[in-house]
Amino acid sequence: MVTIVNQPEMNQSEFLQTVMPVKDKLYRLAKRLLVSKEEAEDATQEVLMKLWAGKKNMANYRSVEAFAMTMTKNFCLDRLKSKSAGNLKLVHTNYTDSSSSLQQQVEARDSVGWVSRIMEELPEQQKLVLQLRDVEEYDYEEIGEMLDMNPTAVRVALSRARKAVREKLLEKHSYGIG
Amino acid sequence: MESDKIKKLINSYFEAESTVAEEKEIREYFRSGEVAPELLKYGPMFDYFAHAKEETYTGSMPRKSRNRKKIYSWLSVAAVIGIGLGMFLENRYSAQQEEQEQAQYAYQETRKALQLLASNLDRGTEKVAYLHEFEIATEKIYNNP
Repeated sequence: MVTIVNQPEMNQSEFLQTVMPVKDKLYRLAKRLLVSKEEAEDATQEVLMKLWAGKKNMANYRSVEAFAMTMTKNFCLDRLKSKSAGNLKLVHTNYTDSSSSLQQQVEARDSVGWVSRIMEELPEQQKLVLQLRDVEEYDYEEIGEMLDMNPTAVRVALSRARKAVREKLLEKHSYGIG
Repeated sequence: MESDKIKKLINSYFEAESTVAEEKEIREYFRSGEVAPELLKYGPMFDYFAHAKEETYTGSMPRKSRNRKKIYSWLSVAAVIGIGLGMFLENRYSAQQEEQEQAQYAYQETRKALQLLASNLDRGTEKVAYLHEFEIATEKIYNNP
C-alpha cells in the first residue's frame, strides 16, 4: 500500500482555531436560508462534521472560510430542495416555525422585525448576497467565490436585493403610518 | 455627519457602488440616533443588519475522534497489567499450595512418630501399673506382720 503524505494533518486545536472564527458566520448563513434556529444549528453541525472529516485536505484550500461558506450554502439549498419535494415535510416545518420562534414574534412588533419578515420573503439568491455583504461584510470577489458568480453579477444581484428590501420596507412603513 | 453626504452614500449603497467601509459608516450613522427625519424610514434596514450579525452558533463542535483510540490503548495497557498480575498471583498461589502440602506431610509424619512414641509410652505405663500392683502387695505384707 502506498500512502502519500503531502501535508501534516490538522490536529484538534488547529482545526478549532481555523473553524471557530467562522462557525457563527456559517450558522447565520444557514439561518438566513432555513429560517428555523434548530434546522440552522443542525446544518451548521453537519457542515462542521464534514469539515472535520475532510480536514486532511483543508490546508490545500485557498480559503477555508470561503470553502466552508460555500459548503453551508449548498447544504442548505439541498435541504430546502428536498423539503419542497415532500409536501408533508413542508407542512410540518411550517407548523414548528410558527410556534417555536418567540424571538420572531417579539421582533415583529418593532420595525426591525419588519425587515426580518421582508428578508424571509426574498428569493434565495437575494438572501445570500445580502447576508454575505450587509451582515458579514465580505467583498465582491469573496462573495463571487462563495456563490460561484463573477463580481459584477454579485454587484447587480446585490443592488436588486437592496432595492427590493427598500421597496417593501417603504410599503410597510407607509401602511403602518396610514 | 452632514445629511447631504449620507444621502449620497445611501444612494450609492442601493446601486451597490459603495465600499465596505462606506457601508459601515452608514450603519454607524443610523446607530448614532441623530438621523435626519427624511432618512428615518431607512433606519430599520441598517439596524437589522447590525443586529443580525450578533447571532452566534451555540451548538456543539466536532469531538476529537482520536479519543477512542486512546481509550483502546489504555485498555490494552490495563489488560496486560491484569494478565501479568493474574499470572504472578497464580504462581504464588501454587507455590503456597506446594508448601502447604509439604507442611501437611511433615505434620502427618510427626503425628505418626508421636503416636508411635505415645503407644510405647502407654506400654511403659502399663508396666508401671503392674509395678504399682506389686507395691500394693508388698505393702500388704509389710503392714501385716
